Amino acid sequence: MSRDEMLRKLSALDFYIIDLHLYLNTHPDDKEAIMKYNAVVKEAQTLRQEFQEQYGMLTAGSVTKYPWQWIENPWPWQYQFNFDLAGEDR
Amino acid sequence: MWMYDKKLEFPVKIKKPDPRMANLILTQYGGPDGELGASVRYLSQRFSMITPEAKATLNDIGTEELAHLEMIGTMVRQLTQNASIKEIEDSGVAAYYVEHDKAVYPAGASGVPFSAAALQSKGDPITDLTEDMAAEQKARSTYEYLLNMADDPDVIGPLKFLREREIVHFQRFGESLRYVQDYLENRKRFSTANIK
Repeated sequence: MSRDEMLRKLSALDFYIIDLHLYLNTHPDDKEAIMKYNAVVKEAQTLRQEFQEQYGMLTAGSVTKYPWQWIENPWPWQYQFNFDLAGEDR
Repeated sequence: MWMYDKKLEFPVKIKKPDPRMANLILTQYGGPDGELGASVRYLSQRFSMITPEAKATLNDIGTEELAHLEMIGTMVRQLTQNASIKEIEDSGVAAYYVEHDKAVYPAGASGVPFSAAALQSKGDPITDLTEDMAAEQKARSTYEYLLNMADDPDVIGPLKFLREREIVHFQRFGESLRYVQDYLENRKRFSTANIK
């Protein structure tokens, strides 16, 4: 998987988690949603780890290669950082 | 993007209510040299910052300031939560009470609501980092004045921690400024292009 592809997939999983999290705040007894939530969390954890091993740190508090990878360009507010949604069925 | 960590950066556990102290500490919540202003200042400036080191510094200190904002809000709340109406009135903070009850509202100690007028985002990296160094010193001074007003060890502990963080941040901004200066200096030396 390319960097952009991986980041797109991770962003989708992370957003899935955020949305389920909000839903669960007001539906804490929904077993089905909790199972889905736990499964997506695990999938995201694996993919995040893979991404970080290949392309450097995404989250503060994760392990780094030498030299310190956190400061590497580009930053999320820079054009080059972001993946292209063009061609996606939206 | 951001994720919330469900803990404080440094614990706040205040046993004794003190509405007067709460109202003074509020200045670090929504006052001119407070944590909200600091966070908004750094997180806004980072978009136009240059050099990886300075970008990371603005991003990460801007983030840590939000954790400090949370500590300050916690202190204000714990200092007022169990205060009686009589205690509030005797402390001279009834004006705040009639507008906000015991809620935490972003204002300074003198009641002026939070304003971005106390911060800048200028686009010139030297200008911005120099302002940031001044901002850290203004916050350090404020914490020292607050410490002069405090006698409860439960209040003094977190205030001292926050004061120390201002000193560390000042140091890191100074180092970032050096990176930016070196970068601009080298660009001037090796390029015939216009500087900007």
